[in-house]
Amino acid sequence: MATAPTAISEAPELRVRRFGRAHGLARFVLRRLAALVLLMIGITAVAFILTQLVPSNAVATNLGEQAAGDPAAVAAFRHHYGLDKPFPTRYLLYLDHLVHGDLGQSSLTHEAVTHDLGQFIPATAELALYSVLFAALVGVTLGVISALRRNRPIDHALRVTSLAGISMPTFWIALIALYVGFYRLNWFPGAGRLDPGALPPPSVTGFYTVDALIDGNFALFWQALHHIVLPALVLAAFSVSLLMRFTRSAVLEVVGNDYVRSARAKGIPENVVVRRYILRGALPSIVTVLGLVFANVLTGAVLVEKIFSWPGVGQYAYEAALNLDVPAIAGVSIFVAIVYVSINFIVDVLYGVIDPRIRIT
Amino acid sequence: MTDLAVETRPARRRVHIPAAWRQPLAITGVVIAIAWVLIAVFAPLIAPHGSLEQTFTPAQSPSWSHLFGTDELGRDVFSRVIFGSRASLPIALLLVALAMTIGSVVGAVAGYFRGLVDGTLMRLTDLFFAFPPIILAMVVAAVLGRGLFNAALAIVVVAWPSYARVSRGLVLSVGQSEYVQSARLLGSSSRRTLFRDVLPNVAGPIFVLATLDLANAILLLAGLSFLGLGAQPPQAEWGSMVADGTQYFQWWWIGTFPGLAIFTVVLAFNFLGDSLRDVFDPQTARRVEES
Repeated sequence: MATAPTAISEAPELRVRRFGRAHGLARFVLRRLAALVLLMIGITAVAFILTQLVPSNAVATNLGEQAAGDPAAVAAFRHHYGLDKPFPTRYLLYLDHLVHGDLGQSSLTHEAVTHDLGQFIPATAELALYSVLFAALVGVTLGVISALRRNRPIDHALRVTSLAGISMPTFWIALIALYVGFYRLNWFPGAGRLDPGALPPPSVTGFYTVDALIDGNFALFWQALHHIVLPALVLAAFSVSLLMRFTRSAVLEVVGNDYVRSARAKGIPENVVVRRYILRGALPSIVTVLGLVFANVLTGAVLVEKIFSWPGVGQYAYEAALNLDVPAIAGVSIFVAIVYVSINFIVDVLYGVIDPRIRIT
Repeated sequence: MTDLAVETRPARRRVHIPAAWRQPLAITGVVIAIAWVLIAVFAPLIAPHGSLEQTFTPAQSPSWSHLFGTDELGRDVFSRVIFGSRASLPIALLLVALAMTIGSVVGAVAGYFRGLVDGTLMRLTDLFFAFPPIILAMVVAAVLGRGLFNAALAIVVVAWPSYARVSRGLVLSVGQSEYVQSARLLGSSSRRTLFRDVLPNVAGPIFVLATLDLANAILLLAGLSFLGLGAQPPQAEWGSMVADGTQYFQWWWIGTFPGLAIFTVVLAFNFLGDSLRDVFDPQTARRVEES
């Protein structure tokens, strides 16, 4: 399962060392790009197959028990939804629609799935952005502290904390945060992106905080920020712990290197050694976790959005799955999977740019 | 050097304690895990009330007669948390075992036969990795129909690929070792070599992965139940009990205690898995993730 903090940081010394020719990077990127395209085609196939598995249920749910027993009614239903055409034809038809940006119509909202996604994506993206920024800042800092104070009390405390962080169910943290922050202390507003009745700012980016600033409406900016703090923090809990663990092990691999020792021996101030030597060396391994962080933020988003009534992609995916809204399910899975593999692709390329040795593998 | 150190160790230490058990985190993990297993086994003896008995005043806050209070239907939350261990734990164990079996066999076959078989199987696992687990699990659970067992099957679908990747890498490296080569030269069939010589030697890291995965499986299973795609009411299951709590969150005890139960179980397996990983040659695990 990708949520597992089991992916272990890179071990560059195992790779063949060869410094790239000028076109090495271009070839590396092209090869990865080709793999990405193949993967995307595979994703559409999986999404298509998934949706094809649904109708066997849909016949029963849409027609009811009695009609489902009647072959004529079932046949009529299947014909109506094009289910009687051969499998490959249906897939090609599906791909054709996809290429033209047509993901079909949601049976729940009766809107085009692309329209729905356009509405819900910014809400999740805004939430995820704040949450990942916070997680990166706090997680990396704590991870570095933990590694530099290896086996001291603070390291033990941080390690246990980070293990606790990846063990807490997100929906449970959300519940407690709402109870304490909203119900008891009333420090934070309860649910939604804005106060009830408030109008969203004119849409430019779809991020309410950014749009409110562009509009020059500071009151609305504060309101939007106030609403996003609690869900973003809850969502960040898992990523903070994850980043802390990866940073710790990445820094530990770098910290014993000769160049760090010589930097210290030269009398370079410790904070400069940490920032310019240790952190820079550890950064590539930390960057590779981004894909994992995204997967976890999305997992958390599905749960957090439900509790905080946040109108995002997670809610949409959940509603779609619950109601067997086939076009929406397929649309969301394709969108999310493509973002996911794209992030991993970017991480791969970034890693290749930072560390030329891995272009070979 | 090390041999010498072992020889000169005082003889009174009769039992050799494996490194894993000397770590406080591992011990804590084992103790909590065993405690939960015992609670699950002896649930009817420990729980003061039945999990479905609606005989009390609803929504009482925790007190001596109801340690964790009562829920909105007047059921004893403490008893429901105890019976909840019977829902999540065995199913999580089962699903991880199933995912581990499927994944390691697929990975072993890919790593052993290589070539086209390897390419096909590994591209297939790549495809499963392309979907964030919750999305795939949600869709599969929804397609199969709501229910705890179907939710577990959905998690098997998302969980097996990581075992395939790890076991393939391990088999690739073990397959080149001399004892496997000699077994082949001695005329052992590929199936026999694979199951007798190769698989037993890759079991260690795979079990470590399984321990950590157990933690994730319990979280995901509880998450699906929380969303209403897993256990259905009125069954006492932790995830759906927390979901219940979110609807009445002024009565904090309804959701807090089942959530705490999930947290302790998951923490136990994470403690254990983390310590085990340190013990089982971390270098191997690292190399495997690379390939």
